Amino acid sequence: MKKSGAEIFVESLKQEGVDVLFGIPGGVVLKLFDVLHQQKDVEVILTRHEQGAAHMAEGYAKATGRAGVCLVTSGPGMTNIVTGLADAYMDSVPMVAFTGQVSTSLIGNDAFQEADNVGISRPCTKHNVLVKDVNDLARTIKEAFYIANTGRPGPVLVDIPKDITTDKAEFKYPDKVSLRGYNPTYEGNKYQIKQAAEEIMKAKKPVIYVGGGALFSDAADEILEMAELTQIPVTMTLMGLGSFPGTHPLSMGMLGMHGSYWSNMAMHHADLLIAVGARFDDRVTGKLADFSPVARVVHIDIDPTSIKKNVHAHIPIVGDVRTVLKQLNIILRSLDGNVNERKQQLKPWHNQIEEWKKAHPFKYQQDDKAIKPQYVIEKLFEMTHNEGIVATDVGQHQMWAAQYFKGKKPRTFITSGGLGTMGFGFPAALGAQRAYPDELVMCITSEGSFQMNLQELATAVIYKLPVKIVMLNNGHHGMVRQWQDLFYEGRYASSVLGKIPDFLKLGEAYGIPGWRAEKPADVESVIREGLKYKGPAIMDFQIYPFENCYPMIPAGGAQHEMVLEDPPDLKTKGGGSKKMEADDEGVLPA
Amino acid sequence: MEHIISILVENKFGVLARVAGLFSARGYNIESLSVAPTLDPETSMITIVTIGDDKIVEQIIKQLNKVVEVLKVTDLTETSHLDRETALIKINTNAKPEHRDEAIRICDIFRAKIVDSSPTTYTIEITGDVEKVEALINLLKPLGIKELIRTGRIAISREVAKVASRPQAVKA
Repeated sequence: MKKSGAEIFVESLKQEGVDVLFGIPGGVVLKLFDVLHQQKDVEVILTRHEQGAAHMAEGYAKATGRAGVCLVTSGPGMTNIVTGLADAYMDSVPMVAFTGQVSTSLIGNDAFQEADNVGISRPCTKHNVLVKDVNDLARTIKEAFYIANTGRPGPVLVDIPKDITTDKAEFKYPDKVSLRGYNPTYEGNKYQIKQAAEEIMKAKKPVIYVGGGALFSDAADEILEMAELTQIPVTMTLMGLGSFPGTHPLSMGMLGMHGSYWSNMAMHHADLLIAVGARFDDRVTGKLADFSPVARVVHIDIDPTSIKKNVHAHIPIVGDVRTVLKQLNIILRSLDGNVNERKQQLKPWHNQIEEWKKAHPFKYQQDDKAIKPQYVIEKLFEMTHNEGIVATDVGQHQMWAAQYFKGKKPRTFITSGGLGTMGFGFPAALGAQRAYPDELVMCITSEGSFQMNLQELATAVIYKLPVKIVMLNNGHHGMVRQWQDLFYEGRYASSVLGKIPDFLKLGEAYGIPGWRAEKPADVESVIREGLKYKGPAIMDFQIYPFENCYPMIPAGGAQHEMVLEDPPDLKTKGGGSKKMEADDEGVLPA
Repeated sequence: MEHIISILVENKFGVLARVAGLFSARGYNIESLSVAPTLDPETSMITIVTIGDDKIVEQIIKQLNKVVEVLKVTDLTETSHLDRETALIKINTNAKPEHRDEAIRICDIFRAKIVDSSPTTYTIEITGDVEKVEALINLLKPLGIKELIRTGRIAISREVAKVASRPQAVKA
């Protein structure tokens, strides 16, 4: 029996094991939503803005490793998810976005709510397709999920014109995909891997540098094994956090612009870098010309375009990180079974790193009047006992979360790295919560980022998604203000947000309770109350508004030229510190 | 430096836009472009000539390989190859009477063909490598070129080079 395009769409989602999609209906996708409405296998989460839907799909994908799905209408529905697509593309998040399109006969006629969806999304999707015949629909959906989930994952957009949703065709879901031009390499080259193993055993100052690719490849166990076999210290990018236990003695935490002093120093002085699913982003390398000047580089990545893009790789290995590390570990095991001997060999290197660590640990000045943001994160980490999932927005709070929320398990630190999308955190947390309804999911955010997608508070209430909103409220675009303090003589051009709105009252309007901390002594009780509450909750921490995030590699600086604290002349620059004197309660100028 | 890149793609809509987008996104101009189906009507060959930094072109080639509908990418500049271009040149012949004869003489030298003639114009067809096509254009300029259209370059690798690169073939 023939099925309509809409029925084929829903059946195909079921075949892919999709249990939830995030979206908003509109004229051309009514038929799709109508069919979805009449079944129970695929839940529809109605968001308040399409951008929210896209980030929820991302959050779902980052938490589970499986493609998240969103469905939006043509025109503005599609243009509203562009930020989500670009974000997913930069961070290699598997996602399938279905967009409605005007009927095929109207395409190109400036029809109502028409936009060139494939044209607009082309540079920010791994692949995109306009379906022009209902007979192609099932195959296109199969291919979309396959492409999104395999190789270097990424977003795929499928554009479905209105008439395709009502046209009829025989439904047969293909068993397998055959794409002549798409064959990701999974196995690493054996010779290269052997070379890499030899370099690893020879190196005196090696560093394992892990990126987000390790998480999507499920390689945490293999990285742990490699690190323990070889006793090589591990540092992670923002996207790689969680791939190696942050509390492990070999962990150096995050590297890069706001990474730990010791990890950046170790990178700079290393004689061998083993880059695992990382792409040498500029926030990691700092000034390229001075990046790890003496290191030889082993670069393992599934995406050949990542290799030798910014930094030369002496031993490039194209392949799936997990598969390659399995191959590599077999050789490493046979070469050297004696961990103690290896420890002895690397002792001077470990000692050096320990020295750096002792010299400049993460530090902040505790205060008895103003709440320090680092203290909030530290407390939160302590009181959650390393349980639960953290999603962050973008800015200072994100960096503090990365620095102080240690010991993460894979896929429990969800953040927007490449694109740096403010407004990502809250919807992403909702997506992760939908994937794991019983887990504790926290959204570490700030008032600036949160206000970019706060409309999803309604979604949290209606779908009973008990995300805990941990807001470091400093009344500023904090990172912008920090740069203005450091590089623009404290002129706060458009970075002051003020004390508006009252987030507890805002929460009240949605039926979400909230707690506010105004002094350090309140922090613990607010966290306790917030975590205890069964349902979404707001924790509003009125933090010291002029705290700056350190260490910091200034833009264009080299990785070993970190700024470790406020420069002494900062106060004289007429910036925040002066205003602070006028109001020593930590209360912001309105 | 100049690169001639051959890209074998699936013959579908949107593929050319994706390929061209990889150049434009980096602010690279496509000097010339030619697209046509191959023996297999399901695939097309795109030939792109671009000028750019070797490292960036290498990155573009890697990115091209990543496009789902791209089947094969070759930078022909790295090997011995032949390239050809066709131009149709419409010239004015009514300024001076001797221009008609001069045009025919130039065509003879270049083995170009006059493919259309009117009392006041000739249309000349030329096929050859870029130097030849440009030389002809330069010689025809004084006569007065009314219209000019070029196909952009197509290119193919030389078999001799492939054979020569195999040591045993050299011995033979």
